[in-house]
Amino acid sequence: MFLETMLLTFKVALITTIILFTIGIPISLWISSTKSKLKPIFETIVSMPLVLPPSVIGFYLLIFLGPSSFIGNLFEEYLNMRLVLSFEGIIVGSVIFSFPFMIHPIQSGLQALPKSLIEASYTLGKSKLETLFFVQLPNIKASLLTGIVLTFAHTVGEFGVVLMIGGNIPGETRLASLAIYDEVEALNYTQANQYALTLFIICFAILLIVYMLNRRFGGVLK
Amino acid sequence: MIKINIKKSFKDKEDKINFHFNTTIEENSINAIFGQSGTGKTTFLRLLSGLDIPDSGYIEVGDVTWFNSEKNINLIPQKRDVGFVFQDYALFPNMSVIENLKFAQKVKDDDFLEELLDVVELSKFKNALPSELSGGQKQRTALARAVARKPKLFLLDEALSALDSTMRQQLQNDIEKIHKTFKMTTLLISHDIAEVYKLASHVKIIQNGKIEKEGTPDILFNKSNISGKFKFSAKILKIQKADTIFIVTLLIGSNLTKVVATQEEVQNMNIGDDVLVASKAFNPIIMS
Repeated sequence: MFLETMLLTFKVALITTIILFTIGIPISLWISSTKSKLKPIFETIVSMPLVLPPSVIGFYLLIFLGPSSFIGNLFEEYLNMRLVLSFEGIIVGSVIFSFPFMIHPIQSGLQALPKSLIEASYTLGKSKLETLFFVQLPNIKASLLTGIVLTFAHTVGEFGVVLMIGGNIPGETRLASLAIYDEVEALNYTQANQYALTLFIICFAILLIVYMLNRRFGGVLK
Repeated sequence: MIKINIKKSFKDKEDKINFHFNTTIEENSINAIFGQSGTGKTTFLRLLSGLDIPDSGYIEVGDVTWFNSEKNINLIPQKRDVGFVFQDYALFPNMSVIENLKFAQKVKDDDFLEELLDVVELSKFKNALPSELSGGQKQRTALARAVARKPKLFLLDEALSALDSTMRQQLQNDIEKIHKTFKMTTLLISHDIAEVYKLASHVKIIQNGKIEKEGTPDILFNKSNISGKFKFSAKILKIQKADTIFIVTLLIGSNLTKVVATQEEVQNMNIGDDVLVASKAFNPIIMS
């Protein structure tokens, strides 16, 4: 049970991080370079999960992704996929909840790069895509790493959203943070401590490795 | 021949700044763009390279139209075939000197890159990252990178202004050498009359967003046609009154000198002005 829950927790964190990394780069690129007047609105939407109580996000996800909702119905009918009280559901919830943790570091990394680097690449005949992959991304490695680590760690630690949308089903949606709560409620302090200590050690180790890497490659990663 | 007639206006808070550049550039020549800061020199280069888009007009480079507002033609910077040397170098921090140069090439040609590194004396540093280079080495890398793609038009945006005078002279020699070896139409922004004299065959003086005057450096800078035995461009550092005359302290290159001036002459001078110091009354003694 313990191992199953821990594996599930890290599986959710890994998938969430991969999804957010993939969609985070184009979104951050757009936000960092757009001159649209709507930019503040998009920035607000991206940052909302930082300030909203997780239960609010969980509640609305439950409403909008539930089987009787339009989106929920669409997924259930055409993909045979249920978005609430399911593994897929907590992935959707985690992606939305951890959104700013991936976007913010990448966006500020891109904005901090001198504009002349991009212009130099254009005058050297390189397309926007070539410029992104050979100039922009390699020069914001520290920001990319920060985005990945924060997203991963934040997803491992989330509670409210997964409880609301996942429903705490053992083996399917019951993540380590929920397990701790359950064990405490049942007065199984030893079990609770087993989960808590494991999370503590893993999160500590991940952050330590990142800070050490950042220090070692300081000049290159930045 | 490059024919340019372009207009552009920018909004700066409440003011509108209008630029109108109407000129021609001879192929394979070195042209200096001269003028006070904020008059539109960098804008001129950015419009030529496609980094900014003119509101109207045309840019024709030989038989190719780079921009024509009436025909709706606007080549993106990638297709304009320019080599742009940025004021802040803009070297890619993740690439070594040789990788920066390789990235710039249209067609892979390692022999050409080796030759280029030789010209700018960077062969020893080809595997160094930009962060490991000195200011002058960075600037030479930036020059070489812009040349690496053998552009039609070589644009230098105040490329030498951040360097000390020794480094500057070395870079001026490099630009001369590059021009002799690779023959590219070159436009360089400069504040320094000496630099303009040394490098350029043509000068365009930009004032208030327009090319006010153009011609050879001799015609433009020797206003009173002095046939001086020697002449230097200098910067005024100090103007001191001494009895009925004035002593003007001047900086020529990295040397200080004092020149006597009358009240009439001093009236139009301010500290920081660039002036020309010439003499024809004395026969200078040359010592080594």
